[in-house]
Amino acid sequence: MELSSNVNENEHKSIRVQGGLSMGLNARTSEKVAFALLSLSAVAIAAFVVIILAYIMYNGYSAISIEFLTEMPRMMMTEGGIYPAIIGTILLIIGSMAVALPMGIMAAVYLNEYAVENRTTWIIEMAINNLAGTPSVVFGLFGLALFVKYFDFGSSLLSSCLTLSLLIIPVIIRSTQEALIAVPKEYRESSLALGVSKWQTIKHVVLPAAIPGIVTGSILSIGRVAGETAPILLTGVVYFLPRLPDSMYSQFMALPYHLFVLATSGTSIAQTRSLQYGTALVLLIIVLGLNIIAVLIRSHYRQKVKI
Amino acid sequence: MFDRNYKEKAIESVLFSVSALTVIVLLLICIFLFRDSLLLFKDTSLLDFLTGKFWYPTSVNRQFGLLPLFLGSLLVTAGAIIFAVPLGIACAIYISEIAPPKIAGFLKPFVEILAGIPSVVFGFFGLVILVPFIQNTLNLPTGQTALTGSIMLAVMALPTIITISEDAISSVPSTLKQGSLALGATRWQTIYKVIVPAALSGISAAVMLGVGRAIGETMTLMMVTGNTAVIPSFPGGILNPVRTMTATIALEMGEVPQGSAHFHALFAVGTVLFVITFLINLIGDMIKKRYKFKVD
Repeated sequence: MELSSNVNENEHKSIRVQGGLSMGLNARTSEKVAFALLSLSAVAIAAFVVIILAYIMYNGYSAISIEFLTEMPRMMMTEGGIYPAIIGTILLIIGSMAVALPMGIMAAVYLNEYAVENRTTWIIEMAINNLAGTPSVVFGLFGLALFVKYFDFGSSLLSSCLTLSLLIIPVIIRSTQEALIAVPKEYRESSLALGVSKWQTIKHVVLPAAIPGIVTGSILSIGRVAGETAPILLTGVVYFLPRLPDSMYSQFMALPYHLFVLATSGTSIAQTRSLQYGTALVLLIIVLGLNIIAVLIRSHYRQKVKI
Repeated sequence: MFDRNYKEKAIESVLFSVSALTVIVLLLICIFLFRDSLLLFKDTSLLDFLTGKFWYPTSVNRQFGLLPLFLGSLLVTAGAIIFAVPLGIACAIYISEIAPPKIAGFLKPFVEILAGIPSVVFGFFGLVILVPFIQNTLNLPTGQTALTGSIMLAVMALPTIITISEDAISSVPSTLKQGSLALGATRWQTIYKVIVPAALSGISAAVMLGVGRAIGETMTLMMVTGNTAVIPSFPGGILNPVRTMTATIALEMGEVPQGSAHFHALFAVGTVLFVITFLINLIGDMIKKRYKFKVD
């Protein structure tokens, strides 16, 4: 391998000498410069990710303690912990996934297994793409108009969960579709050939084979729910509530909004810096932890398929 | 047998109804946004709203002029695109064409992590690091400027631009590449004269979707752009505080009485935002589709 590439190198050199030295040299030099710049851009992006993560970890880890994670905030949030914000974020995740996961999977099964290419399917696909690209603050406005006002759920956990579930349904549909496409056609054909009905085939053959992909996609959308701020800001989150929500109709605290308020409009922004880093770190750990789990599931599954 | 067919049909219709729900949600978004926006136009004309130069929602002579907010969004987004497009495309080319597979596999998770970081964390990072940095290096009265917003937004739009460009670049048929190399072109000549032009429509779709991502971003901008609702001057305005459409909605909605003119004005801003992103996504999708046909 090594040897042959050396030979190639020499061939290039001799061609260059015969075919015009200056042009060949220029092309070679500009290739070197261009490749260096391109690799530099990739390194810059990776470096930025490392810097932002390292910075928040370095400054945040000293703030994190058992008390910080399990205590109520005190003194208008200048002291104490972030327990209600953690619980609020977990409740948001459970509530919105309970709605979005079944709906997203069902829609994806229809689009991938039943839908034929026609106008209706095209319209549905277009709607999903547009929902995926609609800004989260617009979902917030919609949640405010529909759930908070029209259905009269008020500014509440319920309104926020429903709004967030609409936001992540397109994500779940897309990742489930990808997982379903990856299931080999033969699986379906052999099951159908045995006289099994279409739905039975989907239920017992296609969906089980697609589960790792579906799980990966849903974990990524959980990360999205945990990090979104604008939609819950308009539909039910509050900045200070030193107790847990007692029903779906209560208002609640959540980690991203807690961080936002502490960092921008708290009474003493400078004094609460360490609480801010701590909250940012807890939020990052939840979101990135979920991302890492998703990546691990995916690579584990890919290795299994290779064997 | 009849029973089984009946059940199969019923299941199919249930699944169809759930997918059709996505269309209904999109329609409902249109209806509810338009409904609450229209009430603004009882006492403000559409033209005054779209071309008004002043956003004074709470003063005695209240005015709901969209221009400062629209131009604020435009300026910040344009700045972000100037930073993010070259960097994103360069990174996509490096990952898909130049990097050895091991290094590409090592770099990709960084892009995924970047996509996963919540916007409020970006905002926080911008606030504690970039804002003081910009203020000190450029010697400005405040570091909360359009430029700060553009830089943060560029970082956030990168994953979208990189992922979609990379898809476009790696789906260029390898025969094109081999043909070019066989003619004696260097790898770099092949990349910029053959591969990138062939992937251009996919790359432009990536840019469009990156713009859509940037223009809809809320929390980060609220935290780093200073939120001053004045028409930004050009080009000096990039170093002044600005207020985007998204930030305006998120900042003011908490304090307005429901049903007031101000409340409806914020919905009207939301409708404009929705229409803009809808069009951008539609164009991006159309470009992507055309490009797929070409490759087939």
